[in-house]
Amino acid sequence: MAVGLGSYLTVAALLLVLGIFGIFLNRKNVIIILMSIELILLAVNLNLVAFSAALGDLVGQVFALFVLTVAAAEAAIGLAIVMIYFRNRGSIQVEDVNLMKG
Amino acid sequence: MLYAVAVFAPLFGCVIAGLFGKVIGDRAAQAVTILCMILATVCGVSAFVALVYQGAPPGVVSLGTWVEAGSFHASWTLRYDALAAVMVAMVTLVATLIHIYSIGYMSHDGTIWRFFSYLSLFSFAMLMLVTADNLLQLFFGWEGVGLASYLLIGYWYDRPSACAAAIKAFVVNRIGDLGFAVGIALVFFIFGSIEFDTIFGAVAQHQNDTFHVLGVTWRAYEVIGILLFVGAMGKSAQIGLHVWLPDAMEGPTPVSALIHAATMVTAGVFLMARFSPLLDYAPGALDFIVFIGATTALFAATIGCAQNDIKRVIAYSTCSQLGYMFVAVGVGAYQASIFHLLTHAFFKALLFLGAGAVIHAMSDEQDMRKMGGLWKKIPLTYVMMWAGSLALAGVFPFAGFYSKDAILEDAWASHTAIGQYGFWCTLIAAFLTGFYSWRLLIMTFHGKPRADQRTLEHVHESPPVMTVPLILLAIGALTTGFIFHNQLIGAGWHAFWGNSIEIAAGNHVLEEMDRDPQWVVLAPSVLGLLGIGVAYLFYMVAPGIPGWLAARFGGVYRLLLNKWYVDELYDAVFVRPTLALARTLWQTGDVTIIDGIPNGVAALAEDGAAQVVKMQTGSMAAYAFAMLIGLVFLVGIFLIFLR
Amino acid sequence: MIAAIAFWVFAIILLASAAMVVTARNPVHSVLFLILAFFNAAALFLLAGAEFLAMILLIVYVGAVAVLFLFVVMMLDIDAAELRSGFQRYLPVGLAVAAVLLVELGAVLWGWKVAPGGVALRAAPPVAGLSNTAQLGAVLYTDNVLLFQAAGMVLLIAMIGAIVLTLRDRTRSRRQVIAAQLARRPADTLDVVRVPLRAGVKELGIRRPKLAAPAAPGQHDSEGGH
Repeated sequence: MAVGLGSYLTVAALLLVLGIFGIFLNRKNVIIILMSIELILLAVNLNLVAFSAALGDLVGQVFALFVLTVAAAEAAIGLAIVMIYFRNRGSIQVEDVNLMKG
Repeated sequence: MLYAVAVFAPLFGCVIAGLFGKVIGDRAAQAVTILCMILATVCGVSAFVALVYQGAPPGVVSLGTWVEAGSFHASWTLRYDALAAVMVAMVTLVATLIHIYSIGYMSHDGTIWRFFSYLSLFSFAMLMLVTADNLLQLFFGWEGVGLASYLLIGYWYDRPSACAAAIKAFVVNRIGDLGFAVGIALVFFIFGSIEFDTIFGAVAQHQNDTFHVLGVTWRAYEVIGILLFVGAMGKSAQIGLHVWLPDAMEGPTPVSALIHAATMVTAGVFLMARFSPLLDYAPGALDFIVFIGATTALFAATIGCAQNDIKRVIAYSTCSQLGYMFVAVGVGAYQASIFHLLTHAFFKALLFLGAGAVIHAMSDEQDMRKMGGLWKKIPLTYVMMWAGSLALAGVFPFAGFYSKDAILEDAWASHTAIGQYGFWCTLIAAFLTGFYSWRLLIMTFHGKPRADQRTLEHVHESPPVMTVPLILLAIGALTTGFIFHNQLIGAGWHAFWGNSIEIAAGNHVLEEMDRDPQWVVLAPSVLGLLGIGVAYLFYMVAPGIPGWLAARFGGVYRLLLNKWYVDELYDAVFVRPTLALARTLWQTGDVTIIDGIPNGVAALAEDGAAQVVKMQTGSMAAYAFAMLIGLVFLVGIFLIFLR
Repeated sequence: MIAAIAFWVFAIILLASAAMVVTARNPVHSVLFLILAFFNAAALFLLAGAEFLAMILLIVYVGAVAVLFLFVVMMLDIDAAELRSGFQRYLPVGLAVAAVLLVELGAVLWGWKVAPGGVALRAAPPVAGLSNTAQLGAVLYTDNVLLFQAAGMVLLIAMIGAIVLTLRDRTRSRRQVIAAQLARRPADTLDVVRVPLRAGVKELGIRRPKLAAPAAPGQHDSEGGH
């Protein structure tokens, strides 16, 4: 590894925080939320790969592969839901998503 | 055996009439109760005669056990001695006559079976009271007559005034009963038992016992005496707790005659006489009794002079005569008080029933100012009222002469300061008694008729079922005096009373009575006749005088007419503050605080839920936000506490 | 040395573009910044020695997922101007939560140690002489083949799910069916009615069917229905 494990972890942590920050900062666009989730998953992947490299265990990368797979599937479904929601409601403003009241 | 039948026959009548009266009909209910009462009378009088004249031994009739609790024993036992037998005979006789009278008086009533059932219930309770062998059974009878009194005063329960009067009677009696109950408790505390034999046997032993209450040492017997007397004050309408008696006239007239003249109100006197062994060792209590009795006698007589309702005059007369009886008790002449109780039962019941006949004749008019000129129309009633009034005023040779004069002579013979006070009060009251009795007679029967034409046309003599009891009572009022006075209060009184009345060694008041100066002996009769004369003057000869006097001494007149404003005083001092307190406790205490607590908790839960519901906005963003905050929170807890 | 500089360059650009993703005004810009972030992340992966994963990241994430995002963003006609307000309202709270999380992460990473016997616990130690890809393949298709198949199932489900969700029902659009048209007779479509004098539509009982009023977008009745 070029730099120590700690650096990788720091970067991943910051990325995670940025993703979380993005989730509840953006009340205007559901897609931004989905993208923030992708960032979080990316941060997780970065962590896994860093530890895999540091400890010399390939399982980290295998797991990162699976995370990737699931992230892709989740992005697809998420976007499909956003699309039909937009079809029905005409808006993807997060504040308008309040049909679950009660 | 006879004795037990005498006591329980009225109960049987009451139960039959009460439970099945509607089914068997009014006539049958009346028949059952009256037959039971006649049976009770026959048995009661026989038992009395057997005890006193045929030498049957006094004793107890044991009926069963009531309470067994540790060292406290109470049983159902009938005491068979002279005092109880005299009372049983009198109560059953008078009650039977009043039952018969009620057939006529209450003939227009809608629930006759109820009335007769209540009358018999009362008779039973009174008989239990007088035959009780222990304080608890006496208290049972005591409360029973109070209950019957309540039921009968409020018999016409659709009248608000009757209901209020019934409640007033019950509540005022209750105040007295509090004293009585504490007295019973003290008796048990001192003697370890509430049975009369045990108590009276140990009276000499405990005479010096004392209490320490509130830093003061009291002699036990004084305290007990005064407490028992407080109970008697309530029941016998002595001053202070007398306010219920005039209002009790809301009940039908037979009720007034039976309960508030002859029997229930005399229960207090009976209690004092029953406790003669103990009271004679409590001179302080006895002085108090004389004071109260004398004051009541005078006080009630003054009010009686200004009343306009015929029944109220007689009610205040009863109150006054009860004061006489307590004066006798207080000076140690218990025998005289019971003698006066006996004679008073007859002539006062006669007066009430006579007044009832007048009211019946006048189509339920009770105000004497609207009567007058009746003596030719209802001559028999007129004669009966004369008989009763003569006995009341103490004219020789009627019953009252012997008994009332005996009391005054005993008061003088006690040679104590309080006895003197008693004597003078009762003497003045004798004058006033004559005055108001003849005022009643003259206003009711003489002069120009003041009623309207229609009422006057209806005036008729009462049917025989009402007049025969009057005649029998009149015979009693005339004769009981000179028949019994020697046996009850004469030199041979111990032969009659046996052990039922015991007096202390230093109590010679009955013997002293014979040594009173002549003027003392004559004074009551003289003053009684004087009172009669003054009444004749005021109401027959110069009818303008009372009006002039009332106008001239307006304040005094109003004071007497308004019963010395005692009711108003009680209202201001006790009733209003209590009602205000009750209202406060209800509105603030109960509704606001106590109801408010569960209501408040419910409201709190509701509000809390309403606030929590606001979290369910349905907004996805808010939910996501909440999840994230929860995540951060959980991680924080994990890091801090679960390292 | 150079690797370190490269690492930090890539890391900084990664973080900057991630920040831009969440704060960009135009959603298309957000997507583009996301792509940039992915690229830099792939570079970081390369630097860590995970070549296969880096390339897969580019192919799958950038080539498929990000493009998908772009498709959807373009397809939904979003008014960019109205997406501005409300940003400031949640900024302080968001910053606070993010800061707390950062502190927590720092606390976790501060005192970590490798367990003494940790090296012996490695599930898939690297095999010398093979490339990263080959090593991955050696582990993936042998020890984790079931998980691999499961991942495949997940993707299958996701694909079917996306189709099911978004397939538009075609019954509302009108198509011609020639045979039905030719087979129609006048009796099926015409009604001859005797109209009395001065009678209107109401007396004849001929009424146009009432159409349900469509709800305006963004509004709903009390139960949340249309």
